[in-house]
Amino acid sequence: MRRVIRHRLFWPIVALLVLIAINTIARPQFIGITVRNGQLYGALIDILRNSAPLMLVALGMTIVIATRGIDLSVGAVMAVSGAVALTIIDASSDPTGVGTVAVAVLAALGVSLALGMWNGLLVSVVGIQPIIATLVLMLAGRGVALLITDGFITTVNSPPYSFIATGYLIGLPVAFLISLTAIIVIALFERRTALGVLTEAVGINPEASRLAGVRARGIVFTAYAVTGLLAGIAGIIYSANIRAADANATGLFIELYAILAVVLGGTSLMGGKFTIAGTVVGVLTIQTLESTILFLGVPSAQSPVFFAIVVIVVVIVQSPRLHAWARSAFRARARGAASDSSIDKAKVAS
Amino acid sequence: MPADVEVPPVVEMTGITIRFPGVLALDGVDFALRPGEVHSLMGENGAGKSTLIKALTGVYPIDAGEITVAGRRSVFATTADAQRAGISTVYQEVNLCPNLSVGENIMLGHEPRSAGGIDWKATHSEAAAHLESLGLQLDTRSQLSTHSIAIQQLVAISRAIVLDAKVLVLDEPTSSLDRGEVERLFAVIRDLRGKGVAILFVSHFLDQVFEISDRITVLRNGRLVGEYAASELTRAQLVSKMIGRELDELAALSSVADRDIDRARTPVLRATGIGRRGTLEPVDIDAYEGEVVGIAGLLGSGRTELVRLLYGADRADAGEIQVNGKPARIHTPRHAIDHRIAFSSEDRRAEGIIPDLTVAENIVLGVQAKRGAVRRVRKGEADAIVAELIQALGVRPADPTMLAGNLSGGNQQKVLLARWLATAPELLVLDEPTRGIDVGAKADIQRKVAELSAKGLSVIFISSELEEVLRLAQRVVVMRDRRKIGDLDSSEIDLDGLIEVIAHNGSETAA
Repeated sequence: MRRVIRHRLFWPIVALLVLIAINTIARPQFIGITVRNGQLYGALIDILRNSAPLMLVALGMTIVIATRGIDLSVGAVMAVSGAVALTIIDASSDPTGVGTVAVAVLAALGVSLALGMWNGLLVSVVGIQPIIATLVLMLAGRGVALLITDGFITTVNSPPYSFIATGYLIGLPVAFLISLTAIIVIALFERRTALGVLTEAVGINPEASRLAGVRARGIVFTAYAVTGLLAGIAGIIYSANIRAADANATGLFIELYAILAVVLGGTSLMGGKFTIAGTVVGVLTIQTLESTILFLGVPSAQSPVFFAIVVIVVVIVQSPRLHAWARSAFRARARGAASDSSIDKAKVAS
Repeated sequence: MPADVEVPPVVEMTGITIRFPGVLALDGVDFALRPGEVHSLMGENGAGKSTLIKALTGVYPIDAGEITVAGRRSVFATTADAQRAGISTVYQEVNLCPNLSVGENIMLGHEPRSAGGIDWKATHSEAAAHLESLGLQLDTRSQLSTHSIAIQQLVAISRAIVLDAKVLVLDEPTSSLDRGEVERLFAVIRDLRGKGVAILFVSHFLDQVFEISDRITVLRNGRLVGEYAASELTRAQLVSKMIGRELDELAALSSVADRDIDRARTPVLRATGIGRRGTLEPVDIDAYEGEVVGIAGLLGSGRTELVRLLYGADRADAGEIQVNGKPARIHTPRHAIDHRIAFSSEDRRAEGIIPDLTVAENIVLGVQAKRGAVRRVRKGEADAIVAELIQALGVRPADPTMLAGNLSGGNQQKVLLARWLATAPELLVLDEPTRGIDVGAKADIQRKVAELSAKGLSVIFISSELEEVLRLAQRVVVMRDRRKIGDLDSSEIDLDGLIEVIAHNGSETAA
C-alpha cells in the first residue's frame, strides 16, 4: 500500500478518478458506454476522442520539457498544419478523394515537421533560449496560417478528411486511435531506445552530458522536431473536426494546457526525469474537467474560473510538501506526544 | 593558544542523530565550539561532516539530540534562524548573488537607510570598510561574478561579519584557492579568531588543517571518534583516526613511478603546439602506452585548459594532435571519444555526474552515448558492466539503483571513472580525480590508475597533490602561467625539486 501511495503517478490518478466520480455522482450515465453498430459511445469515449489534439501536443511537450526546454509554438503549428491541409483540399478538383486528402495530410505533416525542425535549430544550434525561440513561431505561425488561407476561414466538405476526426475504426474513434498510436510509438521510441535516458541526462546536466559524449544537440533538435510533427497531426484532427481552418482559433492556448498536463502528470518544468504515462493522465484529467464543466452545466462565463479552481486544488493535492506536512501531522497525532520534531521527514520529501 | 583557556562553548551539540532513508548519517555525535578558536571537523567523505554542519545551520532537522547556542537550547528550522542566532556559513560554492555588486552582497538586508530609501553611498562605503578590515581593497560597485572565487569567499566572510556572526562555518573554503589566496584567508581567519569568533573549519588539506586549527574533531561513519588539541596530534595519527586503518596503502603505491616506458614506439597521443589564444600558450605533450603522464602546476597554471583542448571540451586554435601516429581532428568531446580518449573533469558536480540518474545509468551513459540513442545497451549487458565496475572500483554503497547525486564525492568520482572505463579507452585524462575526496577513495583511485596503466592504458593525471603525481607518473609535465615550463622524468626529481620548478624560474631550460 505504501509503495502504491509513494508511486509518482498515485496522486495524478487519484485526481482523475475523483473527477470521474464527481461526474458519475452528478449524472450516473456519465460512466455508461453504449454500443451502436459496433461502435462505442458515451461521455468517457468522447473524452478519449476529444483529448486527441491535446494528447499529441502534450506528448511532444513532455519530451521538450525533459530537455529543459519549452515549446510555445505548438498552437500556431496546429493552425499552419490545418491551413495547409485544407487549402490543398479546397484547391483540388476532387476534394472528396482519398488521394487528395492523403496529399493534403502529408503536406501538412511535412510543413509541421519543418517548423519543429526550425525550432530545434534555433534552440540547439543557434542556442537561443527555448521560450524566446518558440515564441517567434508562436507569434509568426498564425500569420503564416492566415497567409496560406488568404485571410479567410477555409471550409471544406470532404468526408475522408472529416473521417480523421469523427470516424470510427474497430469500434473506436479514429482520433483516439491516432493519439493512442502516438502514445505507444513515443513511449517505445523513448524507452526501448536510449533516447529517453539520454534526453533525461541532457535535461539534468547538459554540460556533463556533452563531456560524456552525448550528442546533446541532436537530442534537443529531435525533441522539437517530433513536437512539431505531433502538433501537425493535432492540427489535422482539429481542422477535420470543425471542417475548417481557422488560423486564429485553432489550438489557441493549447501550449498552456499542454504544459499544464505535463506538470499535472508529474514531470518537472526544470527538465530531466519525465513520464509519458503521467502526461497521459494529465491530459485525461484536463479533458475530463472540460467535460465536467459542460456536464455540470457551469455557465460559460464562469467556466474559466471553475477550471482554474479545480486545477489549483489538484496541484495543491499533489504537492510533495503538503504530503510531508500531512504525514507528519498524522504521525504526531498517532503518537499523541508533542515531543517529536514534526518536520523530521520534510527533508526527504523536498 | 586561546583554546587552552577553558571558556564555555558558544555552540554545544549533544547526541545529534540524523537519519536518511536507509542511512544513519549521524549517530549520537557530540560537538563543542568555543569562542576564539579554530576548530576543524575532519573525516572521510560520508563521515558526517557536512551533515553535522547542516544540522547546526538549520538545513537539516535533527532526529535526536540537542543544540545549544550561547547557552540557549536552539532548534533551527531554517538557515535564516541559524543566521539570526549568529551562525554564518561560507560554503565551497559561494552562496551569494553573483549578479549583484560586491557592496550589495555584503550589505544585503542591512543597507543604511535615508529618507528616500537605501542610502547607496553609505552602503558602499560601509561595505568597503568591512572589506578593508579584512585587508581587501575592492571596487564595491563591481559585479561579484567578475571576481575570483577567492575574492568571492572573502566577500562572503565580510557578509558574515556584517551579520555579526559569533560562529563562522567555513566548509572547504580553500579547495579552489591558490597558496597566496589561502594565506590571505588564513590571515583573516586568525584576525576573526582574535576577535572572539568561533570558527568551524572543514578542509581536505591536512597541512592547512594543522596550520590553522586549535582543535580537531574527527568523525567516522557518522560517529564521533574524538576531539583533540591540534598540537597534540600528528598527521599520521589524524589520518589513521579518520580512516581507521593503516596508511601503508598510500605508501605502498609508490613503486609505479619508475616503471619503464617504451618511448621508441608511436605514442598513443602526440600533441604539438596545441594552444588557444588567451587560454594557453602552445604546448607539446606525448603520452605513450602504459604511461602515466602527470601534470603539475598551480590552479590557473593552464593544466586544466591543456587537457580540455586535448579532449575537445574547448576548441584549440593552434597545434596538431596525432592519435596512434595518425593526425586526428579533435574539436568536440565526440571526436575525442571516437579516438578512444576519455576525460573526467575536475568539476565533478557541474561537469561529471548526472545527479538525478541512478548509479547504473551514470555508469552506462558513456557507452550509451558512444553507441548513440538508437542502439540501447541491453539490460543484461548494462547490469554486467555496472556490477563489475562497482565491484572493481569499490563504489559504496554498492547499489546500482541509488541516485548518483546521493553518493559522497569519492564515490561519485568512482562512478565517473567507471563510466569511462566501460568505454574501454586507450587514453584516460583525469583532471583532479582525487580532489575533495577521502583518503580511502584516494588510495582506491590511485591504485586503479596504477593497475590500469600497468595493463597498457595511457593516462594523463592532474593533481594538486604533488606526492600523488610523483607516486603515479613516470613523467611530469609542469605548467605555470598558462605555459609548459618543464617535462621531467619523475625518477629524477623529488617533491622539493618539483616544488622548486613550479615555484621558480629555474627550469626554463628544461622545457
